[in-house]
Formats: sequence, C-alpha cells, structure tokens
Amino acid sequence: MSYLTKSPWIIHYDASSCNGCDIEVLASLTPLYDVERFGIINTGNPKHADIFLVTGSVNEQNKEVIKNIYDQMPKPNVVVGVGICACSGGVFRECYNVSGGVGEIIPVDVYVPGCSAKPEAIIDGVVKALGILDQKYKALKEGGGSN
Amino acid sequence: MISDIFTSYSFICAVLFVILSPLVGGIIMGLDRKLTARMQGRVGPPVLQPLYDIFKLFEKENIVVHGSQNFWVFSYLVFMIVTGVLFFAGGDILLVIFALTLAHVFVVLGAYSTGSPYAHIGAERELIQLMAVEPMIIIAAIGLYEITGSFDTAGIIQSPVAPIIFLPGIFVGMVYILTMKLGKSPFDLATSHHAHQELVKGLTTEFSGSTFAMTELAHLYELIFLLGFLFLFFGLAAPLIGILAVIVVYVLEIFIDNATSRVKWQLALKSCWIVTVVLGCVNLFALYLI
Amino acid sequence: MDVLIFLILFPLIAAILMLLLPNGKVRDTVVKIAALITAAGSVYLFVESFGKGITYVSIGSSLLGSVMIVAELALSLFIIGISIKFKHYLIAVLAVVQAAILTYSEHFTPFDAALSHEFFVDEFSVIMALIIGIIGSLICVYSVGYMRGYHEMHPEIKDHRKLFFFIVFLFLSAMFGVVFSNQIVWLLFFWEITTVCSFLLIGYARDKIAWKNAFWALLLNTVGGVGFAVAVMFIMLYTGDASYIYLNDLIAAGPGVAMVPAALIGFAGLTKSAQMPFSSWLVGAMVAPTPVSALLHSSTMVKAGVYIIVRFAPIFEASLTGAIIAVIGGATFLLASAIAIGQSNGKKVLAYSTIANLGLIVACAGIGTQEAVWAAILLIIFHAVAKSLLFLSVGSVEHQKHSRDIEDMSGLISTMPKIAVMMLIGMAGMFLAPFGMLISKWATIHAFVNAIPPFGVLLIAMIAFGSGITVFFWAKWMGRLIEVQGTSDKPLKHEATSNEMFTLYSLAGLTVFTCLAFPLISRYLIEPYIGGVYGSVSELLSLNNILIMLIMMVLILLLPLSIGHFGKGRTIKSQYMGARPANAGLSFAGSMGVTKEVTLSNYYIENMFGEKDLAHFSVVLTIFLLIVLAVVVVLNITGVVIGA
Repeated sequence: MSYLTKSPWIIHYDASSCNGCDIEVLASLTPLYDVERFGIINTGNPKHADIFLVTGSVNEQNKEVIKNIYDQMPKPNVVVGVGICACSGGVFRECYNVSGGVGEIIPVDVYVPGCSAKPEAIIDGVVKALGILDQKYKALKEGGGSN
Repeated sequence: MISDIFTSYSFICAVLFVILSPLVGGIIMGLDRKLTARMQGRVGPPVLQPLYDIFKLFEKENIVVHGSQNFWVFSYLVFMIVTGVLFFAGGDILLVIFALTLAHVFVVLGAYSTGSPYAHIGAERELIQLMAVEPMIIIAAIGLYEITGSFDTAGIIQSPVAPIIFLPGIFVGMVYILTMKLGKSPFDLATSHHAHQELVKGLTTEFSGSTFAMTELAHLYELIFLLGFLFLFFGLAAPLIGILAVIVVYVLEIFIDNATSRVKWQLALKSCWIVTVVLGCVNLFALYLI
Repeated sequence: MDVLIFLILFPLIAAILMLLLPNGKVRDTVVKIAALITAAGSVYLFVESFGKGITYVSIGSSLLGSVMIVAELALSLFIIGISIKFKHYLIAVLAVVQAAILTYSEHFTPFDAALSHEFFVDEFSVIMALIIGIIGSLICVYSVGYMRGYHEMHPEIKDHRKLFFFIVFLFLSAMFGVVFSNQIVWLLFFWEITTVCSFLLIGYARDKIAWKNAFWALLLNTVGGVGFAVAVMFIMLYTGDASYIYLNDLIAAGPGVAMVPAALIGFAGLTKSAQMPFSSWLVGAMVAPTPVSALLHSSTMVKAGVYIIVRFAPIFEASLTGAIIAVIGGATFLLASAIAIGQSNGKKVLAYSTIANLGLIVACAGIGTQEAVWAAILLIIFHAVAKSLLFLSVGSVEHQKHSRDIEDMSGLISTMPKIAVMMLIGMAGMFLAPFGMLISKWATIHAFVNAIPPFGVLLIAMIAFGSGITVFFWAKWMGRLIEVQGTSDKPLKHEATSNEMFTLYSLAGLTVFTCLAFPLISRYLIEPYIGGVYGSVSELLSLNNILIMLIMMVLILLLPLSIGHFGKGRTIKSQYMGARPANAGLSFAGSMGVTKEVTLSNYYIENMFGEKDLAHFSVVLTIFLLIVLAVVVVLNITGVVIGA
C-alpha cells in the first residue's frame, strides 16, 4: 500500500456540464458526506492533485484545457469521469460542438454513471480509483515510468 | 560561553527538535484539521493525515518549471530547521529571528523563480506578510530580553519570573501575528487551502511532489518553533500554565481560522503594524515606567 | 609612516597625470597601474601599522600650514566663482561666510601655531583607508570600461573623461586626507575638496538636470561646511586651548569641552552623509555616471560624514545631543527604507537604501556606546563593499538593457547570469543573515537595548519596522532577477567589458570574504580601536554566536552544490496558466478568442509608501529634530562661554 491511497487530492474540472454533477461533487465535501474523512482534499491545482475528476462532456473549447490539466498532474494519477456526459457525452453527444466523453481526450480510469451522479456513487468511484492509483504507483516503481 | 551551546542538554533538545518536530507538528496539524472539521459538523480526517500527505507527496513525480526552484525550496527547509535548532539549542533569539526571515526569503525566491503569475502574486503577498510580522517578532525578542536580561533562549527560559507578567501586550501582539505566521484565515493571503479562484495555490502553485512535501515539512518545523516561541513567555517559571496557554492560543487560532474570512493584504499589513505599535511598542515603553 | 603621506600625495600626482594623458590605451593602463599602487599602498599601511595602535605623523613645516590656508581660500573662491556664474547666490554667500569664519579664527589663533601631529593613523583610519584604497581602486578600474561605454551610449554628452579621472584621483587623495587628518582645519580642507569633487562629478553630463542636482548637493554640503567652520571657530575662540584643534586632544578632552564642536561637526557629518532632511542631494546625485555613485555616493565620500560622527561617538555617549543625532539617524533609516519600497528605478532604490544604512550608522554613533561603535564600524565596512558591488552591477546592466528600472531586470539570471548572481550576492549582503549587514544589525539591536532609556526603545522600534521594510524591497528585487518566464532567453555572450567584470568579481569576492573574515576584522581592527578610545573592551560578540554565523554562512555557500542533485528525476512542465497551455510569452486565453499577455510586476504600494508624502513628512520631522539639536547646542554654548 502506498500513501497515495490515504491522501488522494482531487482536482475537479467542470467541462460542459449542466452543473448537476458539479453540485453533487461539492455535496460530497459537505458535512453529510465529508470526503475529508478519507484524506481527500479538493486542491484546484493540477500540480498538487492525484485524481482528476471531470464532469460534463468534451467540446471544442475545453479539449485543450482537459489535456493541459491532465498533462500538468504529476504521476501517478488517475482520471475519474463523473456523470453520463463525462462517460459518453450523454444527451449532448450529438451536438455539433461535442466530441463525446472524456475518454476521447485522455485515458479515463473510472467511470461514474448517473445523471446526475449521486454523491455516494462519486465517493464510490473515487475509492475505486484509489485501488488503480496504488497499482499505477507500483507499476511506476517497477517499470520506471510508463503509466 | 561556547560550552553553553554545546552542552549535552541543548544538544539533545536540538536533536529532538529535528527528529520529533515532523511527528509532533503533524499530530498538532492533524488535530487542527480534526477540530476544524468538528467545528464544521464533519468527522474530519485521521489525526495523522498531514503526515500521510507528506509521505504521499514524496511518492509523486516532481514537476518543475525550472530546476532551480527546488534549490530554493530545499534551502527553505534547511534554514527552517536551522531556525528551530538554534532556538531549541538555546541560541541568540535575534539570530533565530533572522534565520527565520532568511528561510522565508528562500521560499519566496523559489516562488519567484518559477515565473508563474499565481506564484508571483503569492510571493509578493508572502513578502508583505514578512514585512507585517517582522517588527512584532523583533519587539517580542527585545521585550523578553528586558525582562530576563538574556538574548539566549537558554537564558530566557530559565527566568525566575514568567515574562508574560510584564509583557501582556507583546504576548497578545504575538498571538495576533501568529495567525499570519500559521497561514490561517483571515490572513491566509499568500497560500491558501480555500482560495482556488483568485490564487490557485499562491506561493506553492508550481511546487509539486517532493518539493511541495518539503514546504509542508518546513511548515511543521515552523509550527513547533512558533509554539516554542510562545512558550518562552512563560518559561520554566510556569511550565504547566505555559503549555496550557499555548494550547489555548492554538485552539483560539483554529477558532479564528473558522470564524473569519480572508482580508485584503492592505488591511492585513496595516492592522499588524498598528497592533505592533499599540501593543508592542507601548508595552516596551511601559517597562521603563515600572 | 611615510606611506601615509604617500597615500595622500600619490593619487594627487596620478590625478595631474590624468589631465595630461589623452583618451586611449595609455591612459587606461595608467589608471589601472595607479589604482593598483593606491590599493597596494593602503594594504601596506595596514601591514605596517598592524598592532601599533595610534601613530602620529607630522610634516613639521610651517610653510605647509600657510599653503593650506591659501589652498583653502582658493577652494572657497572656486565655489564662490562657479556659484555666482550659475546664479546660485545662496551658495556663494555660504561659502563667503565659511571663508570669513575661518580667516577670522586664523587671525586670532594661527593654525600652524603648534605643528606637531597633523596626521594620525589608528585602526579606524586603517579600515577607512582600506575601503578607500581597495574599493576606490577597483571602481577606478571599472570606470575605464564603463566610461567608454557611457560615451558610446550618450553621444550627446561631451567627452570630459580627462577631467573625470582627474577628479576621481583627486577625490581619492582627499579621502585619504580626511581619514588621516588629526588637525581639524586640514580635515575641513580635505572635506571641502570631496564636496567639490562630488559637485563636479554630479554635473558631469553638464545638462540642465545635472547642474541643478549638482548645485543642490553643493548647497546642502556647504551648509554643513559652515557648521564645520563654526566648530573650528568655537574651538579656537572659546575652548581656550589651541591644542584642541587636534582631533585626538579634542576627543580626549571629554564632553565638557568637546560637546559643542562635536555637535557642529556632527551636523556637518549629517549633511555629508545625506541624512534627512538633507537626503535629497544624494537622490539627485544619481544622475552622475554610475561609478561616481558607487565611489562617492555609497562607499566612500558619504562615509566621511559617518566617519567623523563615529569618531566623536565617545563624546556623544549618554548625552542628549547624541541621543538626538541617533534619533535623526534612526528616523532616516526607517523613512528612507520606506521610500525605497515605492521606487522602481534601481539606482534610486540603492540611493535610498544607502541613506537608510548611513542612518543606521549615525544612530549607532549617536548612541556612542562601545557596542554601538563596534556595530557602526562593521556597518561601514559591509555597506561599502556590498553597495558598491550593487551600484556597479546596475551600471553594467544599464549598458546592456538601456534601463535601470527594476521591472526591466526581470529574468536577468537567464540573460546576464554572471552579473545577476553577483547582484544576488550583493543584495544578500545587504539584508540577509548571516551576511554582513545583518550581523551589524544584530549588533545594533544589542547595542540599543542598553542605550539611554526612552531613546533606546524608540530606536529599537525604528529598527524593528525598518528591517521588515528592508526585507520587502530587497527580496522583491531579488525575486525579479530570478523570475524567468519563458525558456527562449539565451545568455548574453558578453555581459560587460573585462574591466567591469574584473571589478565585479573582486567586489563579490570581497563581500563574501568580509563576511567570513569579520571575526578577524573585529578582533584585530575594531576591538583595538575601541579599546584605545574607551580604555577597555567588553566582550562584544560571543564565540558561539560567531560560530553560528559562520556555520550559516558555510551552509549558504554549500547549498548551491545541491543544485546538481535536483537536476535528476524531475519533469519540466510549463507554468500553470489557468489550465490553458502556456506559450512562450505566457498568455491567458480569454473568451471570444481574446488572449491576454501576462505582465508581472512588483508591488510598489505607492499609496502607503509614496516618495512625495514620506519625503515631505520626514523633512518636517527631521528639521524639528535639528531645531531641538540646535537648542541643545546653544544651551551648551552658553554653558561653556559663561563657564569660560
């Protein structure tokens, strides 16, 4: 077990979401769900973050932003797509400016479905991501770099 | 004189500081976060969470803008430890203060060297904070000297009377600037856990992985040093009251942290200086009247 | 002790040589050789006088005394003439008053009455001589390269380089005269020469602003000169003993006799060292070519002012006069530092910081205790070295960047790495522990806590605030130097001429050397001097504090070695730009296709630390203090006169 699983810091990016999932992400931080129990902090700075939480679908405007945030996160890191839009583009999938889910741009490790995703589901997804984070850390340590 | 500083006693103190500060500081920070959570009606993280965070950061990749930034941050950590070692080994308190300033200048330079707009603002604000707190700390050192007749912390702590009796103003002033030194609201200007929108992470925006871990570690050393500084106001004349007072002050700081919102840096600077003049200087003048 | 006479005469001969030699390689070589000989002479003086305490030297010729009077009057005539020519009648009047006072005093008591020990050398003189000899010579070498570039950069300014080098060497000669003179009238003579040198060099560009600032400097310094002349008159006419015209006898006579002359000469020292309210001349003097600012206006000439105040420190100890002078110094330190925050012109920041540090020295001298004098002398040494390094670095940067603005020095570490590193060393020397100035500041605080009660606390408060302010304006400048945004900047192949680089390297080396060697300097130069003046030396610096400082120093010197270690295992990524990919120039992408270039700038906080308001306030405050000083002196005079 690496300490990554005990202290996963999150950066949350709101792609072209309807804000439904964003509210649920914020709800997870409230006293009711209190994700800080697991050492989770919402950092807002990719250079400090371990988990990239994306809500909403990818469009032409935010493609670069998502790529850039992912690029600036130190390894090992994981990506969690939250909500059906982040998974596949959702109802906006066929829009002229929408490319689809986050998976179109960057590799996603955990998909959390739902419209909007429930806080319990989000937390569940993050906890699932921790296992992957741990595996990636081990792979990184042994393999020396490939993610 | 030379024997003073290298007596086994002060040597042990210094070594204990170096080894135990991360642990004790981490636990205090953890309790801080726990208490904060409770004040907000949450459960909060495990008590050892700050240490987990630091261990984790050491496991991560080190991303830099320029390689030189790590040098500055490393120097920051080194001189923060030097500050504490000098302090706990009973060294000259003015030298301790200057070493502390030096350490902070190093981290500020680290932030500048990245050339990042967010780090730049953080660095400027950290300098403002340094400018705001420095007078009070120097005046506190002078006050302690006036009462105990010694500039060495080893001498100050052995004072037969607790300096707090004569230095209430200076003590309150120190508590005021402690908020700024600990980076707590309303003075969490330079780097903040809560200011994503305006600052990202201010001073520390471009530090990642082990570099960021070093700044966090330095904070733990600084925390122990600052609490030690507060304890000097009680010394060995009233050790139990001293420990109790330090705890009360720290809890008070947590309460202030949770009950206030961030102020503008102008207000932070002005209020610190006004407090320094009104409480610090007046207290110092009053000593001559007694 | 012939070397003492040699040190005064040799630069004088070199100066005359400069007038004769045309611009070109020969003159440049002669400048370097003369500089080398001067530096070697000062080192030889140090070696020869080492451990001998105070030594008196006499010329023993009454003829020289008369020559001196004639020269003194000629100097006055020059000042009167030039100020009438440029319609600055007030200066002319002051110069006439000064000359009249001196002639009057001479009439009653001929100065050459008892020629026995006109010159002297003690450890303090040696320290000053080393500063003048070594730093002065280095600056001469620097000027060779700098002035060539200066005239290339400013074709509109007429080439007066012959005159420039003449004045610079004349100035060195006069400075040696100031620090070796025991006879006060001679001291005043050399003192006036430095004033005139400064005046001519400030006006070097000969345009409107240069003349204006030059005459302003001349005016304020002449005011001080009048104070000096009055002091001479007082000694001649009221102390009742002609031997008090000698510094050593005057100081040995104690406060009862020497307080009034000390206060008057101290007043002259305040003007010379640009203390508030006179500080504006030094700020204006920044129009002079940079080597002049480094030589005259930071490391040597302004030090003559504090030198004389420090000489009188034993008289000021525990007196009201001393306390007021100390408070003027302290106020100058605090307010000049505060003004420096609001400045973005590099040379102006250096000027204000110089004023501030001189203020600190004056404060120490005014307190006048052993520790305070110890701190003051250390401050003089460290400040001279580090500040000249900074001035000269800014000068070289200005030649490349065509700007002396701090904002234009952004990322200097990548374009001019060598000079940037030397600037960082100089700045660290100015405000960071365990470098020079901080050691002195530490000593200063130690000295003030025990000083006369209400003033001690006042000064401590001033230092406490002042040092916070100092950290702010230096650190933000340092930050600017190392702030590298893009990676496209390539280092310049040629940062400055070899003459300039030689001087910069030497001064950077000296800055580090003095910090490492300060326990030795203290042990073998400062403590013997203090022992000689105060009769005994208490332990000024405990061994373990020296050790701590040296350990910190070594740490700082070793830490850069760790840069290699941090080269491994890191990933280079660009700055976080609000999640937009950063381009070379760093810009934020806004909505609707708008991009905004990032421009970073330091905080100058002009609404709190504006130059105008603060300068106004400080002038009012210090003039008030001077009035109080005048009242105290007048009370003293009446006391002495009635007593006599």
